[in-house]
Amino acid sequence: MKLSISALLAFTLCAGVVQADPIRQGNLEVDGAWARASIGASRPGGAYFTVRNLGNEADRLIGLSSPVSAMPMLHETTVSEEGVSRMAHVEAPEIPAGGALVLEPGGMHLMLMELTGPLEEGGTFPLTLIFETAGEVTIEVPVLSIRATGPEE
Amino acid sequence: MRHAMPLTPLQKTLWAAAMLAAAGFAGLTWSGAPGASGPSNVAQDTFRPEFRLEDAAGRVVTSDDFRGRYLLVFFGFTNCPDVCPTTLIEVAQVMDDLGSDAAQVQPIFLSVDPARDAGMGLAEYTAAFHPSILGLAGSPEATQAAAESFKVFFAREDDAAAPGGYGMAHASALYLVGPEGDWLRQYDYGTPAAEILADLQARLQGHLP
Ligand SMILES: [Cu+2]
Repeated sequence: MKLSISALLAFTLCAGVVQADPIRQGNLEVDGAWARASIGASRPGGAYFTVRNLGNEADRLIGLSSPVSAMPMLHETTVSEEGVSRMAHVEAPEIPAGGALVLEPGGMHLMLMELTGPLEEGGTFPLTLIFETAGEVTIEVPVLSIRATGPEE
Repeated sequence: MRHAMPLTPLQKTLWAAAMLAAAGFAGLTWSGAPGASGPSNVAQDTFRPEFRLEDAAGRVVTSDDFRGRYLLVFFGFTNCPDVCPTTLIEVAQVMDDLGSDAAQVQPIFLSVDPARDAGMGLAEYTAAFHPSILGLAGSPEATQAAAESFKVFFAREDDAAAPGGYGMAHASALYLVGPEGDWLRQYDYGTPAAEILADLQARLQGHLP
């Protein structure tokens, strides 16, 4: 029996979309990844995920890479008491022992700048996270609707 | 500069600071600078925000065009992948849930980064969230005047970690303007769509102005 290329491709796409289990890397667990569909590729995309630290020592997210973005970066949105919002780069955030690094709308986000192509709803893309202690792990990020506000159940 | 009400000294100071920033005043740090996002919900504090801007097709759009309808106005920029979508998603939800009353409410996305946004398909951006949202951009002067008229703060901030080397700090609330053109209230960032919907429905049914 021969599997056609397109069948293989469809299989990997599905595998990515239904990915729900947390990915374990060392003492860390990466979970709940999703990105919002982009409008074209000229504006930055936004993605979110959670990293839990099941170990006894803090770790740090020291690097990010993805084929969909030439400039992926962690940003934090802050809204001042007067209601003024701005974004700031977060460098090497800590994942405290027994704690978590949570990216979610209105808080921290993965800003995918210089997109190499549009993030299309229903697709997925690989994202590599590099941790100081736990090392490198690549996850598949599902792209949800532009009106999504959280990961798929 | 036209104001329905004079600016307070604090607001004057803020605007002076914002203009310095717009002029590219280097070395200013904004982390400690307060921003005037608008007056609080004080009923007697009425004023009529005005604007004269352009839609994505280049047509002139003014505040007077919307008399008889409520305006739901958000100041933002399209290179903002977090706060702006979050608010536009809420607005989209409100518009869907208003059902047949939706015709009485016009949501507006007012660009505080007009030069960049106008060249990037503003209509395509707003329509991706909801077809009813009208994206407006204007000259820097008209944008400044609109923000002043709403008494809201925005400022361009140089940032190597932002696309194009700069980001925009901006008021994150939604502003409600009534059918007569009066500023009615603001919905702070993060106000659930259901709360905005309930407030709008109370007004449409005549229980609130
Ligand atoms: Cu960002």
